[in-house]
Amino acid sequence: MSVLFKTLGFSLALTLLFTLVTYLLPQVKGEAPVEKKVDLGSLTMEDFIAMGDDIFHNKGTCTLCHKPAPLGRAPDIEGGDMAVMAAERLKDARYKGEAKDVESYLRESLIDPSKYVVAGWGKKGSNDSESPMPHVDKPPIQLSSMEIDAVIAWLQAKDGNEVTVALPSPEAAAEVAAASTGGDAGKAPAPVATAAEALVKYACVSCHAMDSKDILVGPGLVDVGSRLGIKELRQSIIDPNAVVAEGFTPAMPSDFASKMTVKELEMIVNYLAEKKG
Amino acid sequence: MLQQTLITDKVGAAHWVLALFSLILMSSIVLAVKPAYAGMGSAEERIAPVGEVRLQGQPPAEIAPAPAELETEDVDLAAAPQPGRKDYPNIGMSSRAIVWVLAQMHLFFGALVLAVPLFVLMIELVGVYTDDDRYDDMAHEFMKISLTGFSITAIFGGSLTLALFMLYPDFMGYMMHVFGTQVLVYASLFFFESFFLYTYYYGWNAFRYGNLKWVHLTLGLLLNASGLTIMVLANSWATFMMAPSGVNEVGAVVGNIWEIMKGPLWNPINLHRFVANIAFGGAVVGAYAAFKFLSSKDPETRAHYDWMGYTSNFIAILAFLPLPFAGYWLMAEIYAYSQQMGITAMGGILAWLFIVQAVLIGTILLAGNFYLWSGMSRTEGSVRYKGLIKVIAFVLVVSFLIWVTPHTLILSASEISLLGGSHHHILGPLGIMPAKNIAVNLMLIATFLSFQLYRRSDKVATVRWAPLGNALMVAVYVAAVVNIIFLGVYYGYFTNTVYKVGSSVAQVSTTLVVIVAGLVIDTLMFKKAKILPSHWGRIPDRSQYALFALPIAFTWLMALMGYVRSSVKTHWHVYTVMKDNSPDNFIPTIGYAGNMITLVTILFLLCVLFMFWVANLSGSKQPQPAAGGKA
Repeated sequence: MSVLFKTLGFSLALTLLFTLVTYLLPQVKGEAPVEKKVDLGSLTMEDFIAMGDDIFHNKGTCTLCHKPAPLGRAPDIEGGDMAVMAAERLKDARYKGEAKDVESYLRESLIDPSKYVVAGWGKKGSNDSESPMPHVDKPPIQLSSMEIDAVIAWLQAKDGNEVTVALPSPEAAAEVAAASTGGDAGKAPAPVATAAEALVKYACVSCHAMDSKDILVGPGLVDVGSRLGIKELRQSIIDPNAVVAEGFTPAMPSDFASKMTVKELEMIVNYLAEKKG
Repeated sequence: MLQQTLITDKVGAAHWVLALFSLILMSSIVLAVKPAYAGMGSAEERIAPVGEVRLQGQPPAEIAPAPAELETEDVDLAAAPQPGRKDYPNIGMSSRAIVWVLAQMHLFFGALVLAVPLFVLMIELVGVYTDDDRYDDMAHEFMKISLTGFSITAIFGGSLTLALFMLYPDFMGYMMHVFGTQVLVYASLFFFESFFLYTYYYGWNAFRYGNLKWVHLTLGLLLNASGLTIMVLANSWATFMMAPSGVNEVGAVVGNIWEIMKGPLWNPINLHRFVANIAFGGAVVGAYAAFKFLSSKDPETRAHYDWMGYTSNFIAILAFLPLPFAGYWLMAEIYAYSQQMGITAMGGILAWLFIVQAVLIGTILLAGNFYLWSGMSRTEGSVRYKGLIKVIAFVLVVSFLIWVTPHTLILSASEISLLGGSHHHILGPLGIMPAKNIAVNLMLIATFLSFQLYRRSDKVATVRWAPLGNALMVAVYVAAVVNIIFLGVYYGYFTNTVYKVGSSVAQVSTTLVVIVAGLVIDTLMFKKAKILPSHWGRIPDRSQYALFALPIAFTWLMALMGYVRSSVKTHWHVYTVMKDNSPDNFIPTIGYAGNMITLVTILFLLCVLFMFWVANLSGSKQPQPAAGGKA
């Protein structure tokens, strides 16, 4: 019996010793990203830049790789002036992207990092033609366009350069709400009560002017009620590619039917049907 | 006779018709059940049933479409569900903690019962080739002590499955949708495994000699084949969750089951678990031998269990030596799949856990070496190597201290000013990977040297070229140590990260060269060696505690690394495809993880004690009570 107690005691003591080691180390929790509400009414550029700073260091997980040499696995961003670096890269003969200025270069490098790979930082065996960086607008990082803009604003502002990014519009906020990854991520947003709210919720107004014939991405809808009947209006939302207005490419999202409630769809259709110019 | 044949044919034909009918019936049921989940996303189904809206020019959609119309693309292209917080049942305690304990216990016992038959088969084969019954008896005893482990594995596996379905219904629904009938194949393999297990174990003495022995070995082989297939199928679920393949970016299945299973991390995990299971299994049965050794006063019994403990330790350490290389391959594949995931493990929040890993592996190597040095007392020939043991111990301790040196410390402002910066000017450089790579490789080389000296201690080489062989061996060690230190220092501190990682491959290769060269030289040099007498059982009692330290450290290590492997997915059930929105979707602190790991280690220890107790029970016999009912 004494052998049993001795060996059990030894085993338990060793187990507890290992547990003790875990208590000697920093106790840090790795929280899942939490969506933050942004009050666009009171949002200043300073707030927006601070939001970019926070995303860069937390949700964006950028600092996992972008560290000062020799620890980094990607170019050091915090230690250099990104506006200067971006301008240099745009002039580089190896640059094959479509950006024309610092802001568009930064955006391009975030959503399509392989457009320009800094020498020595490409994927192994790719001869610097492919970047190991994930596309930040896709999972697992999945930044919204507003969050990407905030990061760009911070990248420009951190070294005292001019911030060229505009503050977010209500449409961008709606996009963030729709792509929310918080506690109820994956659920459809709550149904809205009016047609105007529905138009914001589904970001229709970011591509269609409601009170003029101006072309944004799609045609202006000020007189759409005189051109299309109720049935055509409904079809143009549910199945936008069935009939595409002349001179436009089929760019409208085709998933509204699975996102909108029937009531929302009917509200938008009736609202548009009354728009007769 | 003819009539009988016809009747048999008719019965056979009737069976075929019945089977065909059943197949059609089952297909109909499957087709009827399938759309409830699969067709959720289409416009017609969502809107048309209301009766107000439908696509122009199209007939009203049917609420319950005919089965024949369901084989559309939509059926297979159902996206992964995205459950919200409220979709996770709340039972008043952490769902993750419940699944954590059950999964880890299942894995511990699963690893044990997969590994034991593997080395049992090897030992049995050695027994056949050496014609030494001791090997056969030991192999049989290893099987006996692990037999209850199969039932315990199944109990925890069943409990885990129920817990997962209850606590994570959407996730499990998705996994069933993705893997489909593969899970039934997995379940059916348990029938095969049970069949081969029981015939292998209970048939041991019935199929012991002659040709029947080969029947027995074949049963053992088939037992291992079914066990390994079970393992690789289950591994595919874990690796799918880490690096999904065969699905598109929203998780809809676009590939066949092979494409789903064969993700980028599948084979690295298969190899890593296969090797680690053997080390783990060897360590656990070693503890059994140590316990029996310490409990006995009979020299013959002590000699038997000393030999059994030595064999177990041999298996554990031999399997353990290549494990870092399998781990290296796994991490390299993780980095290739997602640099972000790799750095989350090695340089992000989970990086601190590798300090604990260093403590655990250091414990394993120190315990393994200590046991080998203690074992040298079995033979007089070991006095030749006593001096070298001190050098090995020094290298092990220094390397261990370098390995556990952290890179960054959480310091107060006054501490930073006292230190002269956030990193200590001497200890700071020891915290980064190049120093640790040097330390790990030197520890592995030192352990191999201990092993080599132990193996040599009861032999005297008789070949003429023995001095040359020794000189060659020394040259290999010296060149390897110099090369490992040079590669680590030059490429680790004077070039950028890309070369740093590349140089670690060369360091690992150097260590492998030492191991292979050592085995080849010793095999040739000691071919017709003079054998000095060995005295099994002549080993200090304290050495047996090393055989307890090994399984405790292995168990803790296995739970720790399993936790790291699972946590690199961060807040995803299936990385990039299905988010974890449960209340436990964060990475807990190291202290919390330590508590959980200790809990499962103690539970495992208790279950293993039960398993050993049951094994001993089968050999016990109550004396017949005397008249009057008193014993």
